[in-house]
Amino acid sequence: MKKNLYPLVLLAVLALLPLAVKSNYFLHLMILFLLWVVIGSSWNVLAGFTGQVSFGHAAFFGVGAYTAGLLFQHLQVSPWWGMALGGVVAVLIGLPFGAICFPLRGAYFALASLALGEGIRHVATIAENFTGGMMGIMIMPTFISKVPYYYISLALAVLSVVSIQLVIGAKPGYYFVSIREDQDAAASLGINTTLYKNVSLSISAFWTGMAGALYMNYMGFIDPHVVFSLHDYSVMAILVAIVGGVGTIYGPTVGAFIMVAFQEFFRTGFFGLFEYLGHKTGSSAVSVVGEAVQHAHVLGFGILVIVVILYLPNGVVGDWEKIKRNVFRISPAKEGV
Amino acid sequence: MAYFRVEKLVKKFGGLTAVNEVTFDVEKGEIFGLIGPNGSGKTTTFNMISGVYPPTSGKVVYGDREIQGMKSHRICHLGVGRTFQVVKPLGRMTVLDNVIAASFSRVNSMSEARSHALKTVEFCGLAPVQGILAKSLPIAGRKRLEIARAMATRPDLLLLDETAAGLNPSELVEAIDLIQKIRANGTTIIIIEHIMHVIMTISDRIHAINFGQTIAEGTPKEVAANQAVIEAYLGTDYA
Repeated sequence: MKKNLYPLVLLAVLALLPLAVKSNYFLHLMILFLLWVVIGSSWNVLAGFTGQVSFGHAAFFGVGAYTAGLLFQHLQVSPWWGMALGGVVAVLIGLPFGAICFPLRGAYFALASLALGEGIRHVATIAENFTGGMMGIMIMPTFISKVPYYYISLALAVLSVVSIQLVIGAKPGYYFVSIREDQDAAASLGINTTLYKNVSLSISAFWTGMAGALYMNYMGFIDPHVVFSLHDYSVMAILVAIVGGVGTIYGPTVGAFIMVAFQEFFRTGFFGLFEYLGHKTGSSAVSVVGEAVQHAHVLGFGILVIVVILYLPNGVVGDWEKIKRNVFRISPAKEGV
Repeated sequence: MAYFRVEKLVKKFGGLTAVNEVTFDVEKGEIFGLIGPNGSGKTTTFNMISGVYPPTSGKVVYGDREIQGMKSHRICHLGVGRTFQVVKPLGRMTVLDNVIAASFSRVNSMSEARSHALKTVEFCGLAPVQGILAKSLPIAGRKRLEIARAMATRPDLLLLDETAAGLNPSELVEAIDLIQKIRANGTTIIIIEHIMHVIMTISDRIHAINFGQTIAEGTPKEVAANQAVIEAYLGTDYA
């Protein structure tokens, strides 16, 4: 029972947060965090639970964003309708790939997903008449305040995580994990492995597409290099899940928080520490180092992932017991006393 | 008409003929043994029956249906369960979850699957270890889990592939008990086994193959006395 309390406490804190935090900057970070909860959890359904690693989740994210953007640009349909449709279109893009790759085993889907993400980025760049090409798509945000976006993101994050939890706890979840653990055994137990891999892909693509459409609504501007970015979305989705805990329900939520904070930490030069030191000492060398650090966030990610894989191979949530034991010095035996 | 029939089954892997025109009938409720030296094509026969790969030619008739070439999961739904010689536990799931996953082949709700799995786990003697991860089971437990999982799909015909290999004498006795309990429940069994004590004790009839071809069929006594079988196992010099 105690374990089920954490998510509820977290939800309560998140729900009340805008009452306490008025800073647009922090709300923006929190919205990014919530979007990453959705994307990371989606990636985790397919890769973490079903064992089908995707290097192309930017495809689903970008397709969702473009669905909302293009509906508005060509048909003047509110981009909020695009949110409902973004997920559906992402599924429609993903399923043909699943249908081709999932009867096979091994690295085929992983490679095809990489090609899918990169391919769609090029299509969006080249089809200028339809997508605006590198000019991107610009829409007027519906709300000026960030608070409505925050709550919509929170609703999307909660809906996606809860729905994924329900699916994982029922028949499809057992089938996903069986497929991950051993495909031959799964098939011998009456599991249609191709079908269930496609089901998993659909769930994953749907929520990622929704997140993309919300991103369009929130940011008001997208272009192919932003939303189809391999390292900003496809790889980041993997990092979020790995850091938080692959194959755990709340792993990606924790991972999203760590990654967004980590990225911001680097982007701002350790929260302005270098800039501050540069002013104080008047040394241009410090400022140069600071600038280098800001550009080195990818290197920082690399180091973080190496540390996580070495010391917490199951992620923060997956190895929570280990963290409690070694960092907080709480052993299960002591807790009982 | 036979309850289950394999007719002139052939499997070729490139230039190698692994199974060559093997034919046998299995009657409902019997324990049918399949023996032969290593590499004689026993597991290949099982793989064709359970749909891991299609036969090059020949028929597999189950009831009144031809099932050769069907996908594994469909054959499972028709009521043919199997275990794997090289055990395939779903490692990072608990023993009970392994069996629950199998139970979902017959029911859709979690509560039904769970109660059915609990019964199956109990039946197969895995109740004491149901909460541990399948990958931490010792070999005897893994073999038992293979059987439990196959049983949870409620098979009418069960294919057991060397479920007694690697067990110590007391585990062997338990395994024989379990197999006989399964048969008493009305499940027909085809069993591959190298341990002669097991196969001779429990089989009603035995079919022997060597180099993919049938060399003998009959009661355990008849097969044990058959010259071709003795030669296949001991070589012509010692037979």
